[in-house]
Amino acid sequence: MKEKPPQVGANASVCPITPRRLSVRLRLFKERLIEVIIFICGFLSIAIISLICLFLAKEAISLFATENLLEVITGTNWYPISEPPKFGLVPLLLGSLFVTVGAAIIVIPLGVGTAIFISEAAPNWLGEILKPVVEVLASVPSVVVGFVALLILGPTLKNIFDLPTGLTALTGSIALAFMAAPTVISISEDALHAVPKSYREASLALGATKWQTAYRVTVPAASSGILAAVMLGIGRVIGETMAVMMVTGNAALIPYSFLQPVRTMTATIAAEMGEVVRGTPHYYALFFIGFVLFVITFFINIIADIFLRKGRILK
Amino acid sequence: MISARISQKIAFAVLLVFTIIVLVPVIAILGVLVKNGISSISWEFLSEMPRQGMRAGGIFPAIVGTLLLVVGTVLVALPVGVCAAIYLSEYAPKNRLSRIVRLSIVNLAGVPSIVHGLFGLGLFVLFFGFGTSLLAGWLTLAVLILPVIITAAEESLRAVPVELREASYALGATKWQTVRKVVLPSALPGIITGAILGIGRAAGETAPILFTVAAFYLPHLPGSIFDQVMALPYHLYVIATQVPNVPKELQYGTALVLMTLVFGVNLVAIVIRYFYLRTFRW
Repeated sequence: MKEKPPQVGANASVCPITPRRLSVRLRLFKERLIEVIIFICGFLSIAIISLICLFLAKEAISLFATENLLEVITGTNWYPISEPPKFGLVPLLLGSLFVTVGAAIIVIPLGVGTAIFISEAAPNWLGEILKPVVEVLASVPSVVVGFVALLILGPTLKNIFDLPTGLTALTGSIALAFMAAPTVISISEDALHAVPKSYREASLALGATKWQTAYRVTVPAASSGILAAVMLGIGRVIGETMAVMMVTGNAALIPYSFLQPVRTMTATIAAEMGEVVRGTPHYYALFFIGFVLFVITFFINIIADIFLRKGRILK
Repeated sequence: MISARISQKIAFAVLLVFTIIVLVPVIAILGVLVKNGISSISWEFLSEMPRQGMRAGGIFPAIVGTLLLVVGTVLVALPVGVCAAIYLSEYAPKNRLSRIVRLSIVNLAGVPSIVHGLFGLGLFVLFFGFGTSLLAGWLTLAVLILPVIITAAEESLRAVPVELREASYALGATKWQTVRKVVLPSALPGIITGAILGIGRAAGETAPILFTVAAFYLPHLPGSIFDQVMALPYHLYVIATQVPNVPKELQYGTALVLMTLVFGVNLVAIVIRYFYLRTFRW
């Protein structure tokens, strides 16, 4: 893609202007214009991501005109509409942490296991069926997952553990594990698929079984890609909003167990931004939460990208 | 010590169980929605306004709202996304700057949807002064699906063999003529797939439209791009959690319509890609 296109009409400027040369010039001008547009669109992503960061930071910083950064980060009370309001983030951070850790514990073995099954154990025809099913799973809207979890998963857990409410951190973790699964599966599967065939063949030729080959050769060779898959899955979990808001009970209290209601950072923004008055500390506090979320997912994505690239270079 | 063959059997059986655990809920969700929602699907449900504070009647404005949102979003995101993909695949040199462009796309894809909502609120609703409107919703959702479209389009542009470009240059075509007349048409199915995946994503998202376009209850259709609209995912959220005593059939019916829409859109994308892969092996 590096080859230089022939320069039509490159000498046009030294020749007398005829109608034909004029049309060539016009066309060149048009192409130049189109290429400028293409370049602008190419760099638009950088502009957008910078704008997102800038806007969140700008509104978030205004919070510290009235509040103390340390008190916000270490405060254990989130009472945004009491008098005076308290914007302690700890309950929300812990809420997000509980739900995320729970979901990660569920989705990592299940997701990576499924990817290994599809790529190493399943016959080709089964893999061809399973992959689209994973894609369909990825397309289920989060509000639908939340809806089904609210009506079916919640009451089920309530009965099993004999709880006052079925809307707990655990309910959220299960729903989120399910939503992060397609990310983990498809990226792990890609990583396993990218391991050169010769690795497997060499191992099988030495008399190893398919399973020995999978866990001694293929999975280690794909490990950085699998790690990236897990990270991106976790990024998805932290940022998920609607399902979490519908099923975790939304109590902004410090949780002590997975069977208690929690409130995540995302749910706090979604639930409170609608009613907040613009320009109040509460409004800025919600933007500050958004900024924290942005920073967390930003680093997760960067690290995952480094792992993905490392995986590619090894090949 | 168990033999290698038996341990393989055990391991693969465990992996199969994992796979089933992951995939059964999809079927369960579809089953539950169809079983409980199918009875409320009728022409009236699809074509009538909600009544009695959304406890009766249909979901017509939410369906129209979602369709309007999705169409506008793709009209905004597709040209920009395809141009960005053309830049990455045809023009971008292999340097640090291109690497940063790629990294921004990856990061944009990973931004939480609620943060997209905050951004849309800050930039489009307040800063540009569009208010809570269709226009603000289009732009917010367009930013959200941009990475989906760029990634799919770039992949299919790159899959076009270099020989085709060289043949075009050899005939005297310029770079843009080659892109326009040779590369783009060959990559079209992949680009369409990307656009459709973007549509599916935009149709199902709730968090980004919460503060940018979605109306809680609006029993008429929008008159201009500066009006609010109802949207299916937000409507489902509202009748499932915000309004008390909405009949369950109505909730399941709404969820089923939303799921069918998103599911259908994705199915089309999968089918196109399947046939494309079959017919075009360069």
